[in-house]
Formats: sequence, C-alpha cells, structure tokens
Amino acid sequence: MYSFELERPTRLADAVKLLSDSTESLPLGGGQTLIPTLKQRLASPERLVSLAGIAELKGVKTEGGTLTVGGGTPHATVAAEAGAYPALAALAGNIGDPAVRNRGTIGGSLANNDPSACYPAAALASGATLVTDRREIAADDFFQGMFSTALDEGEIITAVRFPIPEAANYQKFEQPASRFALVGVFVAKYPDGVRVAVTGASEEGVFRWSEAETALSADFRAEAVQGLSVPAEGMIGDLHGSKAYRAHLVGVMTKRAVAAAKG
Amino acid sequence: MPKDGGIGASTKRREDVRFLTGAGNYTDDINVRGQAYVHFLRSDVAHGRINGIDTGAAEAMPGVVRIFTGADFEGVGGLPCGWLVTDRFGQPMQEPPHPVLAQGKVRHVGDPICAVVADTLEQARDAAEAIVLDIEELPAVVDMKAALAEGATKVHDDLKSNLCYDWGFVEENREAVDKAIKEAAHVTTLELVNQRLVANPMEPRVAVGEYNRGTGDHTLYTTSQNPHVIRLLMGAFVLGIPEHKLRVVAPDVGGGFGSKIFHYAEEAFCTFAAKACNRPVKWTASRSEAFLSDAQGRDHVTKIELALDKDNNFTAIRTDTLANMGAYLSTFSTSVPTWLHGVLMAGNYKTPLIYVNVRAVFTNTVPVDAYRGAGRPEATFQLERVIDKAARELGVDPIALRRQNFITEFPYATPVAVEYDTGDYVATMDKLEEVADLTGFAARRKASEAKGMLRGLGVNCYIEACGIAPSNLVGQLGARAGLYDAATVRVNATGSISVMVGAHSHGQGHETTFPQVVAEMLGIDASQVEIVHGDTSKIPFGMGTYGSRSLAVCGSAMVRATEKIINKAKKIAAHLMEASEADIELKDGAFSVAGTDKSVAWGDVTLAAYVPHNYPLEDIEPGLEETAFYDPANFTYPSGAYACEVEVDPETGKVTIESFTAVDDFGNIINPMIVDGQVHGGIAQGIGQALLEHCVYDDNGQLQSASYMDYAMPRADDVPFYAVDHSCKTPCTHNPLGVKGCGEAGAIGSPPSVVNAVIDALQSGGKNVTHIDMPLSPSRVWAAMNG
Ligand SMILES: Cc1cc2nc3c(=O)[nH]c(=O)nc-3n(C[C@H](O)[C@H](O)[C@H](O)COP(=O)(O)OP(=O)(O)OC[C@H]3O[C@@H](n4cnc5c(N)ncnc54)[C@H](O)[C@@H]3O)c2cc1C
Repeated sequence: MYSFELERPTRLADAVKLLSDSTESLPLGGGQTLIPTLKQRLASPERLVSLAGIAELKGVKTEGGTLTVGGGTPHATVAAEAGAYPALAALAGNIGDPAVRNRGTIGGSLANNDPSACYPAAALASGATLVTDRREIAADDFFQGMFSTALDEGEIITAVRFPIPEAANYQKFEQPASRFALVGVFVAKYPDGVRVAVTGASEEGVFRWSEAETALSADFRAEAVQGLSVPAEGMIGDLHGSKAYRAHLVGVMTKRAVAAAKG
Repeated sequence: MPKDGGIGASTKRREDVRFLTGAGNYTDDINVRGQAYVHFLRSDVAHGRINGIDTGAAEAMPGVVRIFTGADFEGVGGLPCGWLVTDRFGQPMQEPPHPVLAQGKVRHVGDPICAVVADTLEQARDAAEAIVLDIEELPAVVDMKAALAEGATKVHDDLKSNLCYDWGFVEENREAVDKAIKEAAHVTTLELVNQRLVANPMEPRVAVGEYNRGTGDHTLYTTSQNPHVIRLLMGAFVLGIPEHKLRVVAPDVGGGFGSKIFHYAEEAFCTFAAKACNRPVKWTASRSEAFLSDAQGRDHVTKIELALDKDNNFTAIRTDTLANMGAYLSTFSTSVPTWLHGVLMAGNYKTPLIYVNVRAVFTNTVPVDAYRGAGRPEATFQLERVIDKAARELGVDPIALRRQNFITEFPYATPVAVEYDTGDYVATMDKLEEVADLTGFAARRKASEAKGMLRGLGVNCYIEACGIAPSNLVGQLGARAGLYDAATVRVNATGSISVMVGAHSHGQGHETTFPQVVAEMLGIDASQVEIVHGDTSKIPFGMGTYGSRSLAVCGSAMVRATEKIINKAKKIAAHLMEASEADIELKDGAFSVAGTDKSVAWGDVTLAAYVPHNYPLEDIEPGLEETAFYDPANFTYPSGAYACEVEVDPETGKVTIESFTAVDDFGNIINPMIVDGQVHGGIAQGIGQALLEHCVYDDNGQLQSASYMDYAMPRADDVPFYAVDHSCKTPCTHNPLGVKGCGEAGAIGSPPSVVNAVIDALQSGGKNVTHIDMPLSPSRVWAAMNG
C-alpha cells in the first residue's frame, strides 16, 4: 500500500467537498474491492474519503411501489431489510461471505461495475434509478461496459431507487473460485413488461437480453425462453468457462429465474 | 487406561485451546528487537536473461539497509536437492544449480532477483520499485511435451536438455511387460492429467533470521515441518554454518501439506542477511507470493495400460508419465514421481508384471514437490481409473473386478520392490459395501432422476506406503538423508514428563496423541505428559513430519525411549522395595512386587532418581531421561476402500457430492477422533483436486490462477458429511505400536471415486464419456457431455 490520507466525514456535503478538492481523491465504501487494490499497489490515491460514517447514506425504505437503498448501505442490511423486494434481499444475502456483506456497499458495487458482480443485474433488470450527489441516472444509462459507468470523478452514489416488480428472481451460477457470478440472470416482471439483465457473461459487462424480455413479456413462463439463445461471440471465455458455456448458461439461468420468480 | 485418555481414547485436542483463542505462537508472531524487513523483487517473466540490475536509486531510498542480488551469493551454495535419481540407463539425473537469488537468468514468474532489506516493509517495497532491471525475455518453456522436443529452448543452458531423468521401474521387466501387453486378451488404455495444485496452507511462509555477534550463533525461525532437515540442508549445503552454531525453530505452524518440508531460498536469505546486515531480518509471504514461491504439487501427464487375460485377471500394467519439476529441483521433488509413485503401482492387486516409465521435465514454472500424498495419489488415480474403465469396457461390475484381483495373502512382495506386511482388502471392501449402503444405490439414483439429476456411484481402493522410511533402503534408492526419527523422554523429579520429539505438529494433533501413548505405557495421566517439538536446540535430531510418518517412526522412537525409562524405573523401584528387579510390575502408575502388597508410586520412584539419597548409585546413574532413535524396518501400508455418490446437473454440468464413505485400515489407532479428522481433511483436499483446484499457467508461463479469485479451494459446502469407518484393523507387524499412518489417506484415496462417480452418472444419462481430466468443473463436465 502506498500512503494516503484518510478522511472520515459524517455529512454527505463534507464528503462531496473533500472529493471535489482534489482529483486524487476516491470515495471509500466498504473497501472490499478498493482496499485489496491498494494493498496490491495497483492504485495510489492521495486521499480516501470514507462514506462509512455518513448516516444519510445508509438504510432501506419502502414508499409506494419503490424501494430505496442508501448508497452506503451494506449488503447485509439489504439482505435483512429489503423484505419488500425479496429477490433483491436474496441477491444481497448471497454476495460473498458475512465479512464482505457487512462491509461491502451497494454504492461501491455499482460504482465498481465488476462484470461478474450481482447488483448491476438487479439495478438493470429493475430499471432502477441511481441517485448521486448531483443528478439522477437511469440504470439503462449507467452501466457502460466492464468497470466503466456514467459516474464522473468524485461523484457519489447516494441512493438507488428500485421500482418493486410483481415477480422477480435472481439466479446466480457461481464461478467456483471467487463465487462471483459466472453467469447471473435477474428477471423482473412489471405491469408494462419483463426485464432480463445478465451479469458475469459478457465482455461488455451487464446487459439486457431483449429477445428474452419480448418473449417473457408475452408469456411469463420458463417455456417461453426455451430455444432462445445469446450468441457466444462477445461472451467472456476464461479458465472457468468458455464463451459457448456462458452463452448456454444465460439460457438455463433465465429459465430457472422465471420458474422461481415470486412477488 | 489412564483416566484422562490413553491409547484408543478420543481425547479432545489440547492444542486447540491456544489455536482457537488466538494464543498460538506462529512464526509471524515472533518479532526480534531491531529487526529489519525483506521484500523480494521477483521476476514477472517466466524466462529471461538478466543483463543488468541497477540498484543505485533504490539504495538511496529512505530506510534501506541493503539490497542483495545474486552476485552477493556467488560464494554461497545453492539450494540442494535431497534425492539423487538414477535413470534407466544407470546415469545420474541432470541436477542444475538453484541459487538463493537468481544468477544470470530468471526461470519462473516469482523467481527472486533482488532482496531489499529496509527498516519497514513498505520502505522495502518502495525501494524495490526503484530498482531498474534489464531483463531480456526468452521464450517460456511451459508444456512438458514441447520442453522435450528437439531444439526446445532450454530452461538451464548448461544442461543437455530439459529432461531431468528418464526413469524405468522395474527396468528388468520392461520387455516382459511389453510382451504381456501384446499377448493380453484385453488391454484398457487411459490417458490422463493429474493436474498441478497449490498446497495453500492457511499460514503463508515466514522466516526470521537472527545473528548473535557476541557468540556467533545463528537462529532461524521458520514455518517448517522439519527444523532439523532445514538445519542440515541450510547449514551444510548452502551457508556453511556448523550445526552447533545454527538453531532452527519452527514454532506453531499453520498447516503444511508438504509445502513446508522443503528448504526455501527465503530461509537461507534471512539467515545470511541477518549476519551480513548485523540485524535480524524478517520475511512474511503475502498470499500472492505464496502462489509464486511455495513448491506446487502433482502435475503428471500419464498414459496407463492395463492388460487382462480372458478371465479378467490383471496380467500387466505399463505406464508412461511426464512429471513436471518446474524450473529448479526442490528438496524432494525428484523422489515424488519415482520412489513415491512407481512403488505404489501394484495397488491392492496381484498384477505380476509392472513397468513404470517416468520422464521428469524442467519447465519455466514454479518448482513442484511433495504435496499431501506425494506420488501415491498420482499412482492411485491412474490405477483406479483404468480399472474402472476396464470394467466398463468388459461389461463387468467394477467392484467384482477389483475383488477378483485383490492381493489376499500377506506378506506380499509386489513386482515393484516393496513388501506389504499386512492388509485385508476383502474386509475393507465388505465394510464399504455395508457402510455406503451400495444396495440402496439404485433407489437413490431413481430419486435423483425424478429431480432431473444424473446420479453416479464411484468406488476405488488405495494402498499407500507411509512411515518413510528404512534408511538403508532409501539410501540405495538415492536419498541423501536418513529417515529415522528420535525422541527423548525426560521424566521430571515430581513425575511429570517432557517428551522431546523430532516429529513436528502442524495440524496433526501430536501434542494430544503422543502423551496418550506414554500415559498408557506408564499408567499415569496424559495431562502429566507434554510434547516439546520444533526447536533444534531442544529436541534430538529427528527428521520431522511428512509422509504420514510421525507416529509410525517418531512414535516408535518414543515408545522405545519410554521402555528404557520403565526398565530403569523398575531398577530404582526394586531398590526402594528391596526386591528383585525381575519381580517388579508397573501398573496404573505404581510399581509393585509380584505376589506381595508392596508398592511404590510413580512419583516416589522419579523423586528418588533426582534426590538419590536412598539409591543404587553404584549400579545406575541418577536421573531419569532416555533417548531412542528409531529406524523403521519397512514402510507401513495403510489401505482402504472409498465410495462416492454424486449428482450431476445435466443442464449446467455442476457436480454435487451427495455422499462420501471412507473405510480405512490404519492398523491400531491411538485417538479415533483425530484419525477421523485427518481423513476428513484429506478427503476435502481430494475433493478439491477432483472438482475444484487447478494451477494454470498460460503459454508465456504466467500463472493464471494466482489468487483465490481464480484458484478454487474447497469450502465447507463443497463437501458432504463423510461416513468414515476404521473398524478394519490389520496392525503393522514391524513397529511397536502396530500403527500405519493416516495423514494422507484421504487425499490419496478420494479423487478416483469422485471421478468414477461422475463418469458413472454421465453414462447413466446416455453420454458416452469415458474420462474427464480433473478438476471436474461445471464447464469441463458440460463440455464433455456436449462434446
Ligand atoms: C471475498 C469477496 C467476495 C465477493 N463476492 C461478491 C459476489 O459474489 N457478488 C458481488 O456482486 N460482489 C462480490 N464481492 C464484491 C463486494 O460486493 C464489494 O462490496 C463491492 O464490489 C465493492 O463495494 P465496496 O462498498 O466494498 O466498495 P469499495 O471497495 O470501497 O469501492 C469500490 C469502488 O467504488 C467506489 N465507491 C465506493 N462507494 C461509492 C459510492 N457510494 N459512490 C461512488 N463510488 C463509490 C470506490 O471509490 C472504488 O472505486 C466480493 C468481494 C469479496 C472481497
């Protein structure tokens, strides 16, 4: 680790200010991705601004048909308190291990946009809105390929608003070593249609599988996606699975998610 | 039996109190006043010529004490290889030098080039980044077949080729085996890979070197399974420090699995640098460094042929194996694919003719050496897989085929140079069929199929050679050390006992089990007995712990020393009771005179030994302390039969282990709970190999599975609750306890049954898959099903 300054503001406004003071500053969420990166000396920020002490960034609340999660909320809290959106709570409860879930945050996960992470699939399939310290960004506009998002430097995700679907499910086929998603499929059924988001599979990061969405919007049964497939081209091929294998799993996991979807 | 647990009691592990409450004392817990820290700058290319190293700027960085390069070690010996293998033409193996820091070339990613010693670790890392290396990258030699091809790039320029040795065993059988295979009614052939693994003990390696300028004494604290072996190798071969000036301490060690047997460059470096810098020097491996510098395991590519006559009797076995040595010869690397592998090729079966050919190959990868089982898992896997394949080809029941060919008479001299003293393979198989409820399998398969899952059953046997080893035998085979062990039993004045043992405990539970033996022999409480291990300044010269040898070899030494104690104590008791020594009996911690009610307590005798007021000083010395060295007469031969049931998800290829049954014959057992635990851990590693673990290099020699993000370790939910049975016991005939060793059995015995089960499942689903190379990851199984 290179040396850096650590700031621990308790108000969002102070965090925003600290981050805008210097381009060499980074927000620190749960540190589950950032700290290992620093230990490997792969990043050298001058200053980390910890969001952990900011109460206004934490918590889960449900209003009308919307579930809102504070950007600094750890996965364990979402697992315990997002009962109004069971598929989301289940997803959060199956990220990493207890230590990761108690430290890692939704904001950190979405900002990082790891191509194998779980939350991006939930946000995209739910048509969530990402609220930052300066604007609101639709999930459809937020994810811009592996490890790349619409966030500007120093921009903080303060909350994520999830419209609560009629039925939803997330199926995660775990990569055997990391237990991130080798392929993860989040299916969410709304009155105006079904959204299907796929993580872990594509070289472009999380994506919507529109063919499946059309089929499922017409007929929300597993059988409706039977025979549909994504092309292997553009899928990730690595030690843990070929492109063809991932493409195949997209179909299997989608079917299973539909079969398991509940309100 | 002593009331707190003698032989056969499942006494809880006393060491766990300190381990589980954070009171252990591991090497990284040791901090010596004034210590500096070393960071190794390691090669990031697999193969390259070092044209220049500029440490100028780095030297000027804050906190830097000194920067070492290969040039600083020019007058110093290299890391030795402990086993000279003679090839099938009678020639010695090719044995390249293994410098402490790279000289001239780097030969694998992770090869240490410079060592930066600084006041703090971060300063050392900062300075390492300022070192300017001029390394000309050379083509990497990664694939073993390519390494042996004509004109291949050489890992070691001064060697003739990348071939370390071409070993044939038993060479005299070569033609007879060829003939038997040609004439066989049926030959089953299987080509397979026993993939490379990373040992991954929970505690990474650590070394702290210390030098006392006043006395000239060196001390090395290190994460080792065998401190005396390290003292011998490092003192005599590398640094030239006489043994009385070198103390090696291996305190609590958080697992080894073989990877902490070997003498490593970092140990020699810290010892050397402590004197050169006149400051203690500490190194703690990061997990990433462990992936690049701990010796790795397995990595064999094998073709095996099994010949059978028309009645399905095995008539011959022929194997052809390429064994990866990596870039340098690690301490026992050369013995693993030869003497720890070839001699096990008979397995549990009476095959009259066997020929094993092994070519060991240098590549630009991390060195490979013994890893839990070491050679024996590789032998067992080939044999038990080819038998299963043969049964399928012949349309016979795989268990019946095994039973038909079992060795049933003991002692049995195999055609591969060893003599099994005892065993009862029929009994272990009978027990397996019962415990694993094999008759219920058909119903369980139906239930799985109703859920859309394929279910398979796999069975295998294993034999292993433990208790390494008779020194005169291994000496003939090329070992450069003796493999006895030693124990000193020191009875204190008030009757408590310290036993100094050469074996080292790093998860095996010796601190609990060894006292059980002494307590049983003396009839005193086990809590009165304590084990001292891991410090060459405290213990007799023993060879440490590996090869499931601790109880069979060091435990035997302890028994012999305790017998000497008993003999002497009887003399003292006879004197105290004015009786004849021949009439003295020891029972329940008291000495009595046969046929009388005269008795003296253990504590009275021990006190008399140290306060010899009323004592036969003219006949015996005061004090009560005895040492014994024990050199085994033969290996021990634990054996067993294992069964695994799996479910395979036909849509994803994911394998789930539904049940696992292990029936082992370990001879006599001291602590059944600890034996169960050893088997559980071994099976977890075996399942890890079968389904999950894979050390992968790309074509450039870059390690792809270099962290837990990509190297899949088995976790608790990857393994089932095991059914483990040790009721079949054929005690070893040649050691005093009749024990055989249980540390590696699980890892040796489990991979074949897992793979056999998966193949069985796929076949039941109509897939014509006869083999899948490990690990049977979902993607590989899916690819095989759809290939
Ligand atoms: C062992 C392990 C297993 C894991 N398994 C999974 C898994 O199965 N599925 C999965 O999805 N993830 C998994 N993760 C990742 C985990 O979910 C992390 O929590 C997540 O990737 C990062 O969140 P964090 O809060 O720790 O962010 P940090 O590591 O603190 O930060 C990550 C990045 O996001 C930025 N950042 C942090 N917070 C914000 C914010 N509020 N606004 C803007 N930028 C921000 C940081 O500057 C940094 O660039 C695992 C991690 C580990 C260590």
